[in-house]
Amino acid sequence: MIDSGVELGHPTVGEVARAVAVKLDDDGNVTVVDDAEGDLCGHGTACAGIVRALAPEAELHSVRVLGEGFTGTGAVLVAGLKWAIEQGYDVINMSLSTTKRQFSEVLRELTDTAYFNRTIVVASAHNMPVESYPWRFSSVISVGSHEEPDPLVFYANPEPPVEFFARGVDVEVAWLGRGTIRATGNSFATPAVAGICALVLSKHPELTPFQVKNVLYLIASNVGGAA
Amino acid sequence: MSDLRDAVAAGVVASEERFAALLRSIVEVARAIFGAKASSILLHDPATDELVFAAVAGEGSSSLVGTRIPSETGIAGWVLQSHTPLVLEDVRSDPRFAHDVAETTGYVPNGLMAVPLVYEERTLGVLQVLDRPHRSQFSLQEIELLGLFGSQAAVALDLLISARKARAVLDDEPSDVAVVARLAATIEQLDGEDREAGLRLLADLERLLSR
Repeated sequence: MIDSGVELGHPTVGEVARAVAVKLDDDGNVTVVDDAEGDLCGHGTACAGIVRALAPEAELHSVRVLGEGFTGTGAVLVAGLKWAIEQGYDVINMSLSTTKRQFSEVLRELTDTAYFNRTIVVASAHNMPVESYPWRFSSVISVGSHEEPDPLVFYANPEPPVEFFARGVDVEVAWLGRGTIRATGNSFATPAVAGICALVLSKHPELTPFQVKNVLYLIASNVGGAA
Repeated sequence: MSDLRDAVAAGVVASEERFAALLRSIVEVARAIFGAKASSILLHDPATDELVFAAVAGEGSSSLVGTRIPSETGIAGWVLQSHTPLVLEDVRSDPRFAHDVAETTGYVPNGLMAVPLVYEERTLGVLQVLDRPHRSQFSLQEIELLGLFGSQAAVALDLLISARKARAVLDDEPSDVAVVARLAATIEQLDGEDREAGLRLLADLERLLSR
């Protein structure tokens, strides 16, 4: 989970195997350190809870990219993604993006690296008329929202760049203080697809990101997965 | 060159106050359209890396403008940094949120919608709409509507930032170009024969300088 951190001990989220934070020093250098601060906003906890609900046996790791001020956001995001890819995670959830064009090329290279290293990057699409990255890259799985209540229902979009729509409206999510709130946004549709990817990989760990994306297409509710 | 343009703009183009009025109008319309209790626009201040309330409608509107909050924590901070719209209900159940918000605003909403204000590739701030009436389910159309307001607010915010930059040039006494701004402002305020004489003088000056 590349996000705002995850509240440790949240009953909906369960165990977090490791939590790190990306830090930015005054010279603009980034480091990745173990993180004991939990979640700075609630958003990361919400996303982690959604993955946990769909893939209860998944091993969750938190990479916090919030907390170093807004100015360094892009550099911290890039460093967080790079670190996560180096760890060789099976699935990376990114319910965030950057609008800075200067980071688009490095993000494209990183997501390509992930793609060839068998790491699936699932990223939130933007539902505003704004260019942002990395969700637009074909090496990631991009996710928007539908309004239906079933967390396992998702649709393949015949008109990309948004590739899939998952449950993202009025979702009950884990939040700070060990509680829950109701939330809406592509942020919450993205971990639903990340959770489904984890489920697919748990049964078929040999699949590449290309193959997993094909499986998602084939089991999408508007393709072969309709009940 | 852009400093010169800013300087002239500071003298003759709309003032910061007029753009601030535009922002106020946007939050007032957003509040009315969504039937919400309050709406606000927060501007990111790169100098201090904080979010500043630039316009507020509804609850807290009298005292909030100018209030600063950290850009790196909380829901507005997340929306700014993730560039992602967010709608949350029952936020009062989050004790940290309730405490932080109550401390800065004196008003704790139950629900909020927040959208990043992006102009070109720059994220300038956040638009918030607080406590829209409870409905059985939020709709994607409402998010789209919020996004449209966000696009409009981002343009207004960009104009406000430009006006502030121009004002900074105007107020900067040692600046080489400040004199151009003051001259433009002075001519703008003249009328009748004085204005015509001033413009003639400037035209002569231009001919002299371009020799």
